[in-house]
Amino acid sequence: MKQHVSSTVNGEQMEFLCEPDETLLEALRDRLNLTGTKEGCGTGDCGACSVLLDGTLVCSCLVFAPEIEGRELTTVEGIASPEALHPVQRKLLEHAALQCGICTPGVVVAAKALLDANPNPSEEETRYWLAGNLCRCTGYDKIIRAVLDAAAEMRGAAP
Amino acid sequence: MESFAYEAPDSLDAAVALLAERNQASIRTQILAGGTDMIVQLRSGDRSPRVIVDIKRIPETRSIILDDEGLLLGAAVSGAELSARDDVSARYPGLVEAADLIGSTQIQGRASVGGNLCNASPAGDTIPALIANGATCLIAGPEGSREVPVESFVVGVQRNQLEPGEFLVALRLPPAPPRSADAYLRFIPRTEMDIAVASAGVRVVLDADGVCSEARVAIGAVAPTALLVPEAAHALIGTRLDEAACQAAADASSAAARPISDKRGTESYRRKVVGVLTRRAAVIARDRALGGQA
Repeated sequence: MKQHVSSTVNGEQMEFLCEPDETLLEALRDRLNLTGTKEGCGTGDCGACSVLLDGTLVCSCLVFAPEIEGRELTTVEGIASPEALHPVQRKLLEHAALQCGICTPGVVVAAKALLDANPNPSEEETRYWLAGNLCRCTGYDKIIRAVLDAAAEMRGAAP
Repeated sequence: MESFAYEAPDSLDAAVALLAERNQASIRTQILAGGTDMIVQLRSGDRSPRVIVDIKRIPETRSIILDDEGLLLGAAVSGAELSARDDVSARYPGLVEAADLIGSTQIQGRASVGGNLCNASPAGDTIPALIANGATCLIAGPEGSREVPVESFVVGVQRNQLEPGEFLVALRLPPAPPRSADAYLRFIPRTEMDIAVASAGVRVVLDADGVCSEARVAIGAVAPTALLVPEAAHALIGTRLDEAACQAAADASSAAARPISDKRGTESYRRKVVGVLTRRAAVIARDRALGGQA
């Protein structure tokens, strides 16, 4: 029997039908056509499917879709404003901090969550926070530099 | 034709009634807290239909109550929610550091201490920390509620003693008096995001002269379940937790271990390391207890 789910996704009220054991990742991609969220491992190890559930960073592959009933969800599609990219997104581009790009949406969501919680993270804090976002292309250094640069810009500090 | 269903009862009574009813109808149920173990297992292993009962909308599973009675920790409280409570970290630093070692930021946002316990992995990080603290499990079920010590809750590899229709509501930790502290250490071959090769949790209470009056030691990943090691505690009680006492506790832990050899470590290596971790955790717990005195 399909489950009816009603929740706020990227600030918009959304309703959809899903299987009771369907993951949030599957519902986002296949029911809501929000394909920015990527499937990497499907077991919570890689972070490619990171989303914010009531502001908390989680892997959408480890959430059942019916669990988001009445709750607030932010996906990578909800990070930029209509006018401009989020600083984290712009800095990832400026630093060329991606190659294949599969991990990037998850990195964007996770980094935004970090900077919301801690506007001035150390490099070590940043590396630990993003340890659940696997990237097989960059070697991470450019990602970390981009996130720290975005944090500096958002604080209004000189780079 | 059976099929999956998802239910999220919003009260203890509703959850108990739902589980009892489904159980009586011989419909399989599966409790969902953070889901970080359960969803992976459900999707990779046995995919037979069942009712998923999400307990996260029950207030008792989500609350953290710290008072003179100790700590009442809801079974579905996430690691992130627990770490955010500085008052809990101040009194039960070992438990919080054990929970904090589990997984990435994303996993911390979902994974719960209660789920870690119910999953009953031999290497579950919070289990030795809970046992060291003398924690008990508050269980709700069709025959009423019951309370059992954590060390007897886990009965084997990925097996706990919950009966059909029962579920873990919360964990209760005794009060942390002045000059008491806990500590938890695990060994992994990298800095984080790994499964313990061996682990140890220690809790001590010191008297006004700095002599250890109470102690509990638990070890993990060196037997099918985490083990309470009374011999290690006896080696600490009545001492000032000096080097000789801590080493005696280490030897007792090594002797109590019944490890296997696998790709993460050999039997003799685990036996040695669990002793080292016991000694170091005892020293950390001692220093924390003394620090709290100043």
